Amino acid sequence: MELDILQHYWWILICILGGALVFLLFVQGGQSLLYTLGKSKEERDLIVNVIGNKWEYTFTTLVVFGGAFFASFPLFYATSFGGAYVVWMLILFCFVLQAVSYEYRNKKNNFLRTRTYEIFLMINGFAAPFLLGAAVATFFTGSPFRLGEMHEVEWMTPWRGLDALFVFTNYFLAFAVLFLSRTLAALYFILMVDHREVQMRSRRQVWYNAIPFVVFFLLFLGFILAGKGYAINPDGSIELVPYKYFYNLLEMPVNTILLVIGVVAVLYGILRTLMSPQWQKGIWFSGSGTVLTVIGLLVIAGFNHTAFYPSSTDLDSSLTIYNASSSLYTLKAMAWVSLIVPFVIAYIWYVWRSMTKKAVNPEALQQEDHAY
Amino acid sequence: MLFELNSASLVEWSRWQFAMTAIYHYMFVPLTLGLSFLLAVMETMWVRTGKEEWLHATKFWMKLFGINFAIGIATGLILEFQFGSNWSNYSWFVGDIFGAPLAIEGLFAFFLEATFFAVMFFGWNKVSRRFHLTATWLVFAGANISALWILVANAWMQNPVGMEFNPLTARNEMDDFWAVLFSPTAMNKFFHTVTSAYTLSACFVIGVSSWFILKKRHLEFARKSILLASVFGFLSILLTIFTGDTSARDVTRTQPMKLAAMEGLNRGQEGAALTIIGFPVKDAALPSERMRSVEYGIAVPKVLSFLGYHDFNAFIPGIEDIVNGYTSHDGKVYPSIPQRMANGRLAIEALKTYKTALEENNGLLAQEALETLRENYPDFGYGYLSSPDEAIPPVVPVFYSFRIMVGLGLLFVLLFVVSWWYAKKRKFHKFRIIPYLAIACVPLAYVASQCGWIVAEVGRQPWVVQDLMPTNVAITRIASGWVITTFWMFALLFTLLLIAELSIMFSQIRKGVKE
Repeated sequence: MELDILQHYWWILICILGGALVFLLFVQGGQSLLYTLGKSKEERDLIVNVIGNKWEYTFTTLVVFGGAFFASFPLFYATSFGGAYVVWMLILFCFVLQAVSYEYRNKKNNFLRTRTYEIFLMINGFAAPFLLGAAVATFFTGSPFRLGEMHEVEWMTPWRGLDALFVFTNYFLAFAVLFLSRTLAALYFILMVDHREVQMRSRRQVWYNAIPFVVFFLLFLGFILAGKGYAINPDGSIELVPYKYFYNLLEMPVNTILLVIGVVAVLYGILRTLMSPQWQKGIWFSGSGTVLTVIGLLVIAGFNHTAFYPSSTDLDSSLTIYNASSSLYTLKAMAWVSLIVPFVIAYIWYVWRSMTKKAVNPEALQQEDHAY
Repeated sequence: MLFELNSASLVEWSRWQFAMTAIYHYMFVPLTLGLSFLLAVMETMWVRTGKEEWLHATKFWMKLFGINFAIGIATGLILEFQFGSNWSNYSWFVGDIFGAPLAIEGLFAFFLEATFFAVMFFGWNKVSRRFHLTATWLVFAGANISALWILVANAWMQNPVGMEFNPLTARNEMDDFWAVLFSPTAMNKFFHTVTSAYTLSACFVIGVSSWFILKKRHLEFARKSILLASVFGFLSILLTIFTGDTSARDVTRTQPMKLAAMEGLNRGQEGAALTIIGFPVKDAALPSERMRSVEYGIAVPKVLSFLGYHDFNAFIPGIEDIVNGYTSHDGKVYPSIPQRMANGRLAIEALKTYKTALEENNGLLAQEALETLRENYPDFGYGYLSSPDEAIPPVVPVFYSFRIMVGLGLLFVLLFVVSWWYAKKRKFHKFRIIPYLAIACVPLAYVASQCGWIVAEVGRQPWVVQDLMPTNVAITRIASGWVITTFWMFALLFTLLLIAELSIMFSQIRKGVKE
């Protein structure tokens, strides 16, 4: 009973981290819009600096996401990172490109020149949300792996994760996350950039990206709700059940309500921004809505006797919160550790507010002691 | 065989990839650990005294810190995931224990660093002086808390404690978090590593400041930086030496083969000598081709026994003793490696039998198998070795790395004393050899740092978890072509970024201090 509760508790924490991560991908979205919104060096400097003091949050959340999975669901950590090796290496590679680019981009004698670092940022900006979206989609669509008798992962294709790109449903979520990240970035710039042209371009980008985001998101949602899901039978075996994720929505009404609130908030932030040229707070609604929506989606992936990391080739190798988790002792110990999470959120919130009091313009940037 | 042995090529490339990424990452970590402290002290001086020179000094070193920090993050990312990507068998087998410190590192340390780093760099005009100073101290705290947890994880690999093997899940499961956190191996390793990082940082600051002295620029800034860094460095190197000693005593008990490799000690002795210098060479007369004879060795009698047990006459086993079985100084009987291999195979077979017995509902057989497993589990990993030779780590790199590390450590003691005197007495026109020495010590500090890790990680081979899991069964089963590809992808990228970092760093140093 205690183990059951802790397994659910930890899946919730994973969902929260996942939600935070997708919201924070607005940084990547901003990077992908660098040349679209920034037509001059001055404008690009402004854009880079507006997202520049937030980039580490996304990066750190990704790292903690991985670490938290390792601690709470080590079989997922081993199976997914070891199995879908190529996709994860590509994701990591593009984040490595990002990590130095802010600091080195404008530095003298930076060896690779400003343009190269900007290209690095753009690669990360496009590839990271897309690949992460594709990777998370496999929580619903499955991956071709089998577990051996010592739980060692055997990937059934030589593509080691790239096979996610052979399943068209995964593209829906991949593009949805990509366009969402760009939409959120545009909304963030509307709030944080005090520059007329960049503001105008950002508002246009909300149109250009929100529409495909909504389309792809609805397609993804439609396909998974109408399709089969990986249900856990009472004897522990896994079975493909039609409308499984739809039933999860019905059978977990609280989560569904939160999901709907999330979706409404995302849409409200976008629509009001589009309808009211003076309104700038879209990011807060769409951002918090994103967190709730992603939490809601990940909950239906792992709760209510659903395999959160299903195997499309060997059903009984699918990972569930029951068979992939750490031991009772470790989950308990980590639950104690997790008490620090509200404190971490609090200081992040406090610093975010202290550092981001008003919109940034080129003149203010010139006066900064340190800039990217 | 339960775990299957992997092809030599896949094992080697997986090991080299981890080594390459870890070596690159560790080029940047020490400066983050130690320079953050010096920054915090300098900024504290500014806040307390109001003297602008301390503000300018803080900002100068902070710029260098930022350049280093960025590439430290970049090179660290892959390590967080590499346990899963390339060592997935390991990740399941011990993840119940190993995953926790990694997650805690992220939660406690990374968010702290990331959040307050932004304040430190961008908050000068946005927050109060006190808040900014707090932020700088918190970056130092975050970096060092991060070091604590990752070193707790590494220490656990060297000396696995606080867990029990669960045959139902076929993995090790934590049963004592405090034993893992406060394991003597962890505590020694943490303090030794961070103090060595502080030593490197002090060398860096003294080296850069000395360059300014040679160029006759920013003399007062350089002098103050050297004074601060040399005191910091001197205390740090003393602590490094002290914790190096306590670490060696820990290794004597928990990893005797590593100690034997460090010393190139083939035959154990009571009153074993410490070899100061020597040349380990192949010797056909030795029973194993992995062993080496130390030629032209200069040794100090009995010192190794003293270092190991604080007893000049204590018995220190050599490689042959460990292979053939021996009784340690504290009375523990170690069976021979062939015996341990047999025990290990019994444990592996017993696990298999236990699983089959459960499937067949054979309670009696399951109970017997469980008892055999429990009895032989301490040697589980030996069951995957195909010869006793495999239990011997590469002697040559461990032997030399240890001596280079210690030798350089002693050089740094001299550096800090001499630099302090040089700066205190303002001997800028005489004794120009001192700033040249200081500049030379910057790369040497990095060499010493990496040598320490070579001792730790090459010396523990073949084990990824001491005695319980050898490297060749810990990896992810994958076509070696993918690992070769990712090895070169990251090697190339990190090399390009390193060149960029050095170029920017030198340029920033040349730019000098705003005065």
